[in-house]
Amino acid sequence: MSDLTLWQRLRKRRATKLCLWIMALVIAAALFGPILLPSRFAELTNNQFAAPSISHPFGTDLNGRDLFYRVLQGARISLLVGGAGALISFFIGTAYGLVSGYVGGKTDAFMMRGVEILYSVPRLIIILIFINAFDSRLKDGFEALHWNGLIGFSRIIILILSLGLIEWLTMARIVRGQVLSLKSHQFVTAARSLGQSHFKILTRHLLPNLVGVVVVYLTLTIPAVMMDESFLSFLGLGIQSPQASWGSLLNDGAQVINPVRSNWWLLVFPASIMAATLLALNFLGDALRDVIDPRDRK
Amino acid sequence: MFPFILRRFVSMLLVLYCVVSLTFLLSRLAPGGPFDRERNPPPWIQTRLLEKYKLNGTLWQQYTAYLKDVVHGNLRVSFRYRNRTVNELLAQTLPITATLGIAAFVLSTTLGIWLGCLAAARYHTWIDTYSMLGALVALSIPTFVTGPLLILIFGLKLRWLPIGGWGEWIDLLLPAITLAGPYTAYIARIMRTSMLDVLEQDFIRTARSKGLPERRVIYQHALKVAILPVVSFLGPLAANLLTGSIVIETLFNIPGAGSFFVNSILNKDMFLLCGVTLVYCTLLIVLNFLVDIAYTLLDRRIKLYE
Repeated sequence: MSDLTLWQRLRKRRATKLCLWIMALVIAAALFGPILLPSRFAELTNNQFAAPSISHPFGTDLNGRDLFYRVLQGARISLLVGGAGALISFFIGTAYGLVSGYVGGKTDAFMMRGVEILYSVPRLIIILIFINAFDSRLKDGFEALHWNGLIGFSRIIILILSLGLIEWLTMARIVRGQVLSLKSHQFVTAARSLGQSHFKILTRHLLPNLVGVVVVYLTLTIPAVMMDESFLSFLGLGIQSPQASWGSLLNDGAQVINPVRSNWWLLVFPASIMAATLLALNFLGDALRDVIDPRDRK
Repeated sequence: MFPFILRRFVSMLLVLYCVVSLTFLLSRLAPGGPFDRERNPPPWIQTRLLEKYKLNGTLWQQYTAYLKDVVHGNLRVSFRYRNRTVNELLAQTLPITATLGIAAFVLSTTLGIWLGCLAAARYHTWIDTYSMLGALVALSIPTFVTGPLLILIFGLKLRWLPIGGWGEWIDLLLPAITLAGPYTAYIARIMRTSMLDVLEQDFIRTARSKGLPERRVIYQHALKVAILPVVSFLGPLAANLLTGSIVIETLFNIPGAGSFFVNSILNKDMFLLCGVTLVYCTLLIVLNFLVDIAYTLLDRRIKLYE
């Protein structure tokens, strides 16, 4: 292994550099775009379905809103749901994998069978019923508590929670595999013989050794959660107007498609920006995996 | 073999029971009911309606009554499509979803396996590099992004293919390709990795030193072993295709079970929602059971009894 740091090795790859730039650009645009753009972009106008022009670089939608502004708004929500959902599934997956791998034996077999079963049921469909059941309840709960700031965000919160609940399987599997091989190492035996508790061994000795793989799969979980969110929003069951995510924008575009006027900009712009972001994240995850775990490189 | 099958069968029934209970209880928790329209009818009509749909009594009574009906194969009536049972609606829509799913399944497995073998055989050439790059691209872009773009290009710009509807075989083409795309890519990737592993093994060297042509080494000797990871992906593949077909059916206006599923949520049509979920899960769990058995039959290295 060379003396270069992980960061230096990552940056040496040209494709990775491009992906990092794309992600930086998308994140910066999502954060600052809606603040910096003049307020006329946010308004509803009568200028329905205007083709891309200088005043509206991405055109306008059904309600005359500027699509560029909508895409930036969508980027905020898509990235937020993706990041936060991935973080939740990271906690669940790591904890599950750690326990399963560390305890081993029958518990491990049982827990891994559970993961296998969850892989084979349509999780997204069941989670949809979950969202359907708890969405308005959460809203009522916020209203009862007078947390008025959160009422508008109840849909996003329930999406983050529920998507975090379904995307942890791969993380759990990988962590469990790593723990299985790590726990036979001598430093674990040494820690045991010094009388350290299981909890301390898990958090102080095993977890630090897992950082590499966990970071790789966290990077790969973000696009997965973003895809799930857009899937739901595309079906009209996730983010709802006037809020926007890339999935709901694509849905708006697909609804008005017709042979006479294709309104192509409503599809092409959200689609290409979403595709670029997902691709960049997946490439980064793959590159990270190559750098951290060169054995896997094939 | 038999104890293994029995154990899997029992666990299958258990999972199904959990799915039925979960969907029923969750959809009962959801707001709305058979009379959730613009205005509420008078209380005596509400009571009668609840009786009609067997939603009176305690939650436990409703639940056990529903379980009893499901065991007898009765998925009850739809709230929305008056006087039509969920069984009728499913009998009408499932064949359409199945056609789409099977077409995408065949497309993604055959194409994926072939592409994976090709990339492994041409390891470290431009074919390998670019097909794997293409696979990563196809894998990263969801179907609801590719679908509308394909409609724009092939349906509206070139006018080669219909953009929606159902009836003739040509209607199937664009939806099936869109649905199969990402999974073709995924299968190609696992096929390639697994094939590269197998090609390093001793029995392949033996086959080559016998003077067999490379084509036969790959497609006859290596493929038999290298295909196992693809077989174990078939279960999740079916789950993904079924979930994915919901988007495809909505996008291409195909009257399959998936679009009814979406409508049942939007219309708060509880029994239809439960029915579709239940049938989807049953299908998948049974398929996985079969895949498990197929896998153990294919891979003689696995012990069945443990």
